[in-house]
Order: sequence, then structure tokens, then C-alpha cells
Amino acid sequence: MGAILEAKGITKSFTGIRVLNNVDFELQRGEIHAIVGENGAGKSTLMKILMGEYRPDSGEILLDGKPEQIHSPAQALELGIAMVHQELNYMPYMSVADYMYLGREPRTWFFLKKNAKLELTRKQLENIRLEVDPNIKMGELSVSDIQMIEIAKVVSYGSKIVILDEPTSSLSETEVDRLFEILNLLKASGVSVIYISHRLEELNRIADKVTILRDGDMVLTEKLINLKREDIVNKMVGREIEEIFPEMNKAIDDVLLAVKGLTREGEFENISFDVRRGEIVGLAGLVGAGRTEIVTAIFGEKKLDAGEVFVKGKSVKIKNSRQAVRKKIAFVSEDRKLFGLNLIGSVKDNIALVILRQLSRYGLLDRGKINKRTGTMMEKLQIKARSVEQLVESLSGGNQQKVVLAKWLLTEPEIFIMDEPTRGIDVGAKSEVYKLMNSLAREGKAIILISSELPEVVRLCNRVIVLHEGKITGELERDEITQESIMLLASG
Amino acid sequence: MLSETGMKKSITEFVKAAAILWVFIILCVIIAVLSPNFIKLLNVVTVFKQISMLGILAIGSTFVLISGGIDLSVGSIVSLSGVCAALLGVKELDMPLIVPIMAAILVGSAIGFINGIGVTFGKITPFIMTLGFMISVRGFALLLSKGRPIFGLSDKFMNISNAPVFKLGAVAVPSLIFYLIGVIIIMSVLLKLTVFGKWLYAVGGNEDAARFSAINVNWVKIAVYTLNGCLAGLCGVLMTSRINSGDATVAENFALDAIAASVIGGVSLAGGVGTIWKTLLGALIIGVMQNGLQILGVSPFIQTIIQGLIIIIAVFFDMRSRANK
Repeated sequence: MGAILEAKGITKSFTGIRVLNNVDFELQRGEIHAIVGENGAGKSTLMKILMGEYRPDSGEILLDGKPEQIHSPAQALELGIAMVHQELNYMPYMSVADYMYLGREPRTWFFLKKNAKLELTRKQLENIRLEVDPNIKMGELSVSDIQMIEIAKVVSYGSKIVILDEPTSSLSETEVDRLFEILNLLKASGVSVIYISHRLEELNRIADKVTILRDGDMVLTEKLINLKREDIVNKMVGREIEEIFPEMNKAIDDVLLAVKGLTREGEFENISFDVRRGEIVGLAGLVGAGRTEIVTAIFGEKKLDAGEVFVKGKSVKIKNSRQAVRKKIAFVSEDRKLFGLNLIGSVKDNIALVILRQLSRYGLLDRGKINKRTGTMMEKLQIKARSVEQLVESLSGGNQQKVVLAKWLLTEPEIFIMDEPTRGIDVGAKSEVYKLMNSLAREGKAIILISSELPEVVRLCNRVIVLHEGKITGELERDEITQESIMLLASG
Repeated sequence: MLSETGMKKSITEFVKAAAILWVFIILCVIIAVLSPNFIKLLNVVTVFKQISMLGILAIGSTFVLISGGIDLSVGSIVSLSGVCAALLGVKELDMPLIVPIMAAILVGSAIGFINGIGVTFGKITPFIMTLGFMISVRGFALLLSKGRPIFGLSDKFMNISNAPVFKLGAVAVPSLIFYLIGVIIIMSVLLKLTVFGKWLYAVGGNEDAARFSAINVNWVKIAVYTLNGCLAGLCGVLMTSRINSGDATVAENFALDAIAASVIGGVSLAGGVGTIWKTLLGALIIGVMQNGLQILGVSPFIQTIIQGLIIIIAVFFDMRSRANK
């Protein structure tokens, strides 16, 4: 039996820049095929071509051995190709059933058959073993459930090829397990899955083959059992990447930040811990454990019902971000597009934003100073952009995150809160962020790291505080930190 | 390093960014061809006179829109502050000019300030807050003026807008235009060269990110509504002086016209985007169009129809050029 999908010699350029170069790709029936590559390698362009959003400059696509021209996403869907995007597009006020059958509601003449729709929806959900009431509004569901419903929807169209874009970036460990169960079910029923992810450690668990793209070239397609993780990373990056994680800083000094009894009703209770100079303290826990809420409160942008915060031994009342910055605290927040960046602003404007007053005289901007400081930051962090004037929305995820880091570095903080700083960025950029964190620790800064990527937490943190449903369930010292010990405490 | 494609790209970008300018130029050319009176000096001065107040209000609206808000109450603020100025500017009282002028500006600023408080601490969505005031403030103006225009203003009051500052040939350029020029200069500096300007763009571009970046978002918003109210107050004085009476029924469409001028000038209703020069072009396009249609003797009803269409067309091209980036 031939491959269900074959792409041969796909080439695509945009305004003179070659984005895909003679790429070959083959997908077998019932195969879970991962595609990996750094940002800019061409993964999303290739997917857009498969989905009919772009037309290749040359090359052909064969479905079941037949050459096809895919003109539009609607046609791609008809041909059996569907995609579940990283940023889920759904309507929060629609019910599950409404959303599932949007555009193809069961009906007689003009009248909608509501019960028929509910029944059909229930069946689809059963197929993927998802227990959700079809009447619930989409907005009330967790990210993981919404994703499951997207997959069910896509399957209900009879799609034979399902493309998943970074499906696990917002999922907890248990939710990832659930996703993988569904994918295996799909696989068993003959559906093929294209799985795009930066999370290389997951690939072994779920994917049969992996294709590595680099700078528009197809570098390698191979069965996963034949590859080691370092091999994949090397091929992705094209150079020997030394240890992704730098050596941990051991020179730890006095306490910079201490919190006692932090409480906020419904979110967290009695949180006490401290962070020292040179230390990276991890806050671990399942999604919803309250970690982001706690650090947002420390930063002053959420009100505390009880508890005290001490900076360098002195009790402080931080009521808003300005006061936090004055106390030398920086907050690299969770979702850079939502809380970290002004996407329609330039690199320069974003980087300079917090310290604008220092870069001005009597309220008038000092252009020279601004250009100099932002230019220096761009170089120091190796932010890849045409110039400081480039709009941030057109940068890759990794470079966007670097802009956020640059912004905070300019405030010269002593306490860094980083919430999921490497989410959605590729291996190369991740490694640079780790190096930066390490050098900050060596300079005597204190870092609070929130991360759902356990390997990251294990390799970077001197200490880990684990939370479960708003309470601290344990604190792990250096030798005790393992993925298992964290998970144990995180599950309550 | 600009490659050849890079060079071509930045030229097309420049043309697209200046799309509004081309619309304006083409509009002027068409009208000039149809009626040579259009480019006569007297008419040019008339056009600028007609858009002076629109220009000032459009600049104020631009500031509010850039910050992500909207202010529908400016017309009513013009009316109320105009009435206040008239009440203090009558011949009998013989007040030094500074009194009615400052009164109008203070009244305008105060209303703007309340708008700001409502939008920030009151958490009332700007559309509704300023809509409510649009209605009530005009009512208050009608109350103060007892529903009748206030006449008998002093001569020096009349001179505020109408004094001929200098002559270009046979044509007198009234002081009104210089207020516009003054506002343009001051506001341009404020928007482009100050920290406050950068904060405006940041708040409009992404309010949450601005809040987390140590910007006092509430203060920025209150300031921008107060500023807009202040400019509207100034317009109140200018309007009263221009029509030589304190009339609470004027300026009914001013808020929408000001917003239309801004939007034609490329200001995004979602916030974070806009410049003063393009807004001025927007105001000029509206002014030139009104003026052109008047000269050509087109019925005022048809004028209004065409006005609305031009707004849609101008924004259509602007949206397209932005989508293509």
C-alpha cells in the first residue's frame, strides 16, 4: 500500500527568500509523523501548503497516489486534510454541539434539528472517549478539553490526515497522556497524524517517524527508534550543540525575596518561601495550581488577602507594577503575546518601554540614548530582526521572547520572575535563554522560574517548590529534584 | 543592506503609507479641474478656516483613539464650554478675555476628566461613558443658555477667532487658523517626542502588557480624556467667537466628524496606531470635499451622501494597504 500523502520537491519563496527548498515528505496510513525544526525552518509554510493556504512554486502533492492541487483550506478539508492550530480558534459562547457542527447543522428545510445534533455530538465525543456535556459553552472548558473537541471535530469530518501544531504546549502531564491515548486511537483506526512540536522529549512516546527541517531543507526522515535525542537536536541546529543546559550556579548568598503566608481566596493559601542571590527557584505544579497567580500577586498586579512580602529583609507593600519595578523585581509573564509585548510596536519601543523615563529629559525622549540602549540589548541577546524599528509581531517566537527579556534586563532588576519563559520557542533559542538565566544567577540575581517542562525545571533549579491547588505540597532540595518527585508532590 | 527587492519593497511601502496623501491630491485635482475657483487663494483660506475646529478636535480624538478609547462627547463639550465662554464674554461684564477663555478650557477639561475617571475607576466602557455625557452635557448647555443663543459679545471676544492676523494679497487670514497651527505643533511634540506619547501607543497597542510594564494605565487614560476635553473647550471659545454667539445647539456632529477624520487618517479604532499629520490629511479630505461640493453647487443632501462614501473608500484603501504588510 502506498503512502497516503506524498509531497515531492516542494519549493516556496517569499519576496526572494527561499523558505522551502525541494522538500520531500511522505506520510503512511496510520502513521504518527513528527516534524521538527527551529523557528524559520519552514514547518508552518509546509503545513500551509498542505492546507491549501499557499501554493508551492514547484513540486507536487499526491494523495493516495493521485496528484492533487490544493487550492483552499475548504478543499483540503474535502480531501481529508485538517489542522488543529496551536492557537485554538473557537467561539467561547457557543456550545460544544453548536461548535462541532457549525456550518453543517443537521436540519430539515430551514429548521435545525437540535436533538439530532446533540446525539451526533455525543457519538463523536464517545469516539475519542471524551466525557463532556455537549451543551456546555466552549468558553467554560479547559484548554485541554477544547483541544480534544477540535480533534473530535476534525475526525468527524472524516479527515484521514490530521495536522497538530504544538499540541502539548499548554497541557499538563496528565492531559498530554490523554492526548496521546486519543492519537493512538486515531492511529489504530487508520488516521495519519502530522505532529509538529518543539518538545523533543515527547516524540519517542508518540511518534513513529520524524522529519527534520532546517532552513528550508529536508534534512532527514527517520524512524524514531533509530535516533537519539542529541542526533535530532544536532540535525535541527546544524551544529554540535554542547549541553543545552549550562552548569548550575552554586554560589548562593543571602535572601533577596521572602514571602510569608500569602493568601488569596480561591487561588492560593499560606504560601511561604524565600529566594536567595544566585539561586534559581522553581515553582512547579499542574496547570491551575496557582503559580502564576502567586507571582502576579508578588509583582503587585493582584491583591493579597493576607501575607507579607520582604525584599532584602524589609517588609514591602507592592500595590502595582511600578512599585515592584522600584523594588527591583522583574516579571517575564506567561503569555508574551497577551502580557509581554505590544505586537504593533517596534522592537525599540518594546524594549525601552519600562525605563522610558530614564531615557528622557523633562519628559522629552532622548532618541540617542534610546537607540543606543536598545541597540546594545539587541546585540547582547542576539535578537534577529532587520533593525530596532521592525514590528515585533513579525519576529519568531524565540526572538519575541528575547525582546521581553531585553525589556526587563534594562530595568536592572535583582529579582527575576519568569513564567514559562521558553514556551513555544525552538531548541536553539531555548538554549540561549538558559544561558542568560545562568549568567544572571552567577551575577547574584535571584530567579523564580515557573515552568511546565519538567526537564527544564530539573536541570535549571537549585530548589523546587511544588504546589497543588493553591497550597505548597513540598520543597525539594538539589538532590531530591527529579521529574518523579515533582510529579508526586504536584498531584497532591 | 538593501537588496534590489528590499529597495523596491520600501518604495512600495512608502507609497502605501502615503495612500491617504494620494487620495487627497487626486481629490484636489479633480475638484480643481471641475471648478478653477477651488484653487483661488480666498477659497484655500476658506477651506482652512472651515477645518480649523475639525482639525483641533480630530487631533484630540486621535490621541484618545490611539490610547484605545473613544470620545463621543466632544461636540457637547464644545457646546457647553462655548456657552460658558459666552456668558462670561458679554459686553456688559467687560471681563478680561482670559476669563471666558480659561473658563471654557477648564469646563472642557473637567468634563474630560470625569470621562477619564468613569472609564478607568468606574470601569465604564468608553463608548457608553462618553455617549452618556454627549447627551447630558448638551442638556446642561441648553439649561445654562436657557435654550436661546447668547448674543451681545464684546468686540475683543469676536476677535479671538476672526481677527485678521495678516493678509496674503487681498485675502485676510483669520486668527482661527493659528490656533490650529498652535495645537498641531504642541500636540505633535507631545505625541512623537515625549514619554507620554510612547505610553499612549503602548496602552493602545496592548493595555495588559503596558500595565505589567510599570505604566500607570489609569493615569494615562485620565490624562488623555482630560486633554481631549481641554481641546474641545478651546474649540468652544473659537466656535462662539466665530459665530458671534453662545449657542448650545452647535457642534452636533463634531464628535463623529473628528473620529471620521482620524479614521480616514489611518488611526485604528482598536488603538495603538495613528499620527497627527495623517489625521490632518483626513480632516483636509473632509474639508476639501465639503468645500468642493459646495463650489460645484451640489445639493447639500448629496454632499452628505458623498461624504459618507468617501470615508468608507478612504478607510478601505487604508485597511488594504495595512493588510498587505
